[in-house]
Amino acid sequence: MVPGGASVPTISRIGPFRGSTTTFGALIGSGFRRYATYRQATIAGTFTNTVFGFLRCYVLLAVAASTAGGQPGGYDARQLATYVWVGQGLLSVIGIWGWTELADRIRSGDIAADLLRPVSPLVAYLAADLGRALYAMLTRFGPPLVAGAIFFPLHTPVRWQTVPLFAISAVLAVTICFGCRYLVNATAYWLQDARGPITFWTLCSGVLGGLYFPLRLLPEEFTVALWVATPLPSLLQTPLDVISERDGPALQAGLVALQVVWAVVTLGLAAWVQRRAERRLVVQGG
Amino acid sequence: MGELRAYAALAGAQARSAATYRWSFVTEMLANMGGTVFDALAVLVLFRATPTVGGFSLREAVLIVGLSSAGFALADFSVGNVDRLKTYVRAGTLDAVLVRPLAALPQLLLMDIPLRKALRVVLGFTLLGGAVVINDVAWTPARVLLVVLAPIAAAVFFSSIFVSSASLAFWWVDSGEIGSAFTYGGRDFTAYPITVFGDTFRGLFAYALGFAFVAYQPALALLGRTDPLGLPPWSGFLSPLVAGVAAVLAAVVWRAGIRHYRSTGS
Repeated sequence: MVPGGASVPTISRIGPFRGSTTTFGALIGSGFRRYATYRQATIAGTFTNTVFGFLRCYVLLAVAASTAGGQPGGYDARQLATYVWVGQGLLSVIGIWGWTELADRIRSGDIAADLLRPVSPLVAYLAADLGRALYAMLTRFGPPLVAGAIFFPLHTPVRWQTVPLFAISAVLAVTICFGCRYLVNATAYWLQDARGPITFWTLCSGVLGGLYFPLRLLPEEFTVALWVATPLPSLLQTPLDVISERDGPALQAGLVALQVVWAVVTLGLAAWVQRRAERRLVVQGG
Repeated sequence: MGELRAYAALAGAQARSAATYRWSFVTEMLANMGGTVFDALAVLVLFRATPTVGGFSLREAVLIVGLSSAGFALADFSVGNVDRLKTYVRAGTLDAVLVRPLAALPQLLLMDIPLRKALRVVLGFTLLGGAVVINDVAWTPARVLLVVLAPIAAAVFFSSIFVSSASLAFWWVDSGEIGSAFTYGGRDFTAYPITVFGDTFRGLFAYALGFAFVAYQPALALLGRTDPLGLPPWSGFLSPLVAGVAAVLAAVVWRAGIRHYRSTGS
């Protein structure tokens, strides 16, 4: 996993708690370094995010321009632009798409090697994913936002708590997204080939997560049901509503609290599924 | 004849592999169908907030979405898998394709023919059919011809974009997601009346790259509406021509790319 033969950090054996935090930290670091090697892909991805930012922003602004009152779904034009451009930056941080590593390793049988390690696969992959997200935050979050700020007037947060709340919300979104992707990938324990569930996930997470349009444009009961019954709006809609200050301070904080619930639920479910899978796993290959 | 049999064998292998992982195939097919539904819904949702977007009513917008998604679904079904080229180039597995006595592009396409995307094509054309019905088109022979040719031209155009953006991998292996900006980005661009976009951005995508002729101009020609952006009424009928030019350019880029390919080092 560590490209270019970089030195692998040794795991401390002093005390169980310190030991496991060091391990977790080391795994985060290796996830970070792994993605930091794909510099050109980072540039290419940023370009694509920016193009889609223009597409979505112009469309939503056109909707706002022809809506009576100019506030479709309760967002004004600046809030919509912020919603789109922060969303384009955050998209690669939470990393909705493209992660099939676990499913691939289950299919090929490489998962056996992960199970031999003293760290649970769920914890190890979570740490690696946090490292990936950290790298994406440092490189891919800013550029689309800067492009958006140059070409469109954006909403500047007016409440002091908005930016810290957004930071918490983004970390929670990364965790929830990881939990969901882990669950989707883990279907490979039963199906061998998880391409179907992964495609299904790609589809639902984008639309129902709030990427293509703010979910607030849908009928209210439907949006509330989505928020409460599925983790999907907690992926993008919540952090984006937090940063664009769509709601009052109470609801803003409440949405983040709901994310905490979903983070616990998805990770808990992933741990349970992993335990069930380990009892029935037959490793492929000779 | 022998060539055809070889291609059929490649396609048959795909069908068998799909039949092996049956549940995955079924979910994937449903998810792909859902993709087209969601594309259309994403446009419809906007009209919940307002009766017109960019000066176009819901009905007219559905015609634009219909043309775009029928064309895109057909292109994605037949050529979309070429975007795996970067994986083949990176790993050097393209060598295996090149040493066989068959053309490289059809092989690549048939090596992974996406049967799971078939329903998407049906759905895209159903949407287009519905859109033609709900709009009162004043039929003339030219418009009948256009409604048949426009989705095919759109598919050829999107296919050319797929091939040219995938060919980028011959020169730039780590091009990653950059192709999506033009393939999926192009689909999103063509799904809306192009009046919504800013001047420079529209100039680039609509006229320099030619995406205006995928759905917007043909839709105007079918509806008999004058273009608020000032192109003459017959410009919608240019779409097959624009698609032809795009296909020629894509072929040139592909050939240049294949010649440029030097396999991997280690």
